[in-house]
Amino acid sequence: MTDNATGQGHNSVRRTPDEIAARIAQDIPDGFYVNLGIGQPEKVANHVPSEREVVLHSENGILGFGPTPADADIDHDLINAGKKPVTLKDGGSFFHHADSFAMIRGGHIDLCVLGAYQVAENGDLANWSTGKTDDVPGVGGAMDLAAGAKRIFVMMTHTTKDGAPKLVDRLTYPATARGVVKRVYTDLAVLDVVDGGFQLVEAVEGLSLEDLRARTGATIHTP
Amino acid sequence: MIDKQIATIEAAVADIRDGATVMLSGFGEAGHPTDLIHALLDQGARELTIIANNAGNGYVGVAALINAGRVRRIVCSFPKSSQSVVFNEFYARGAIELELVPQGTLAERIRAAGAGVPAFYTPTSAGTPLADGKEVRDFGGRPHVLEHALRADVALVKAETADRWGNLTYRKAARNFGPIMCMAADLSIVQVRRHVGLGDIDPEIVVTPGIFVGRTVTVAEPADEQALIASGYRREPT
Repeated sequence: MTDNATGQGHNSVRRTPDEIAARIAQDIPDGFYVNLGIGQPEKVANHVPSEREVVLHSENGILGFGPTPADADIDHDLINAGKKPVTLKDGGSFFHHADSFAMIRGGHIDLCVLGAYQVAENGDLANWSTGKTDDVPGVGGAMDLAAGAKRIFVMMTHTTKDGAPKLVDRLTYPATARGVVKRVYTDLAVLDVVDGGFQLVEAVEGLSLEDLRARTGATIHTP
Repeated sequence: MIDKQIATIEAAVADIRDGATVMLSGFGEAGHPTDLIHALLDQGARELTIIANNAGNGYVGVAALINAGRVRRIVCSFPKSSQSVVFNEFYARGAIELELVPQGTLAERIRAAGAGVPAFYTPTSAGTPLADGKEVRDFGGRPHVLEHALRADVALVKAETADRWGNLTYRKAARNFGPIMCMAADLSIVQVRRHVGLGDIDPEIVVTPGIFVGRTVTVAEPADEQALIASGYRREPT
């Protein structure tokens, strides 16, 4: 794309959702128990290197679910948290909802990858409500996952469709949880949440720090 | 002799009263006791409080119950979906009360009620609008929110297999809220695909022991909600 954020016309290439998902998958170690949020984070499952065993958890009571089945093999009793049909891998298990959230809240889930409307530089997460009062509210398991998983990674676009930063100094949307986000993967960069702001891990090729900062509503530290 | 099996689905729900608090198992369609809910719709109880993860889709199951004006209040984690037309319409015109509860807190409040724990502290929702007005206390330097147990008069649950003592097994991810709702209601009414003889369920695989179960009824071929919704079916009281 042509990046014109500073009026100087730099060329950089945004990561596609699959490329962001692949980048996240690189950071998931063998043996991790992982919950993937509904939507774009689900793509991470397709990119986990085959030599690593990663056990996927779904809030509705599954450990060790696998890819979407062929149409003929769809089973309405075997769906994920997004209510989409899945399969069960060898070694998988089923359990009731209170046990499922005990896994989450009890700190047994190593990693949860969530989408977000906003992430603040202190690690606050907003991903359940836009705060518009006429919307039907729905929270699902977002707050439990955000408060309970050992690590929270966020996968999102760097800005809104209108170009507004989604990495902000403080949330303007209702919070899902406070101080929980460890790392953010966007179409432009990977950033860690550290004391006093975001720490740049990497930016996409061709994107200057100046341009990244122009698209970010929070402090960015560099190594 | 103990025999919890009821001959008909109508008889199984016959004495649910107006104003009752009713739990409904299920996560989306999986484990949703659609047939029991339709029997309750026909039975006619009104002014119900419903406790369920979702608020239904199309015009079947809990959506049909709401559409018939039977539900005063719903306690739920995720009422909206692409097909939650009835709930959305009732909510927009203020015709149904909503208590929104994070899904894990909902599950634990139900479990706590069944286990005789009146309240508990959880980190979930601390620092968010869903903690407004609730007691917050620090444990280990982290804020936790006080949440109260959630009980019901009746639980309508879908399981797979029962024996006459009410021991239950479930099928795959349709288990979800079933076991904890059976524990948390004064009377749990369970639809199962089949009944088997006492002793025919391996005790090692019983998920809900019969002590938590009040009544069971056979529904050999449960309603397929997705197929009904796709066909445009609207369930009305009969």
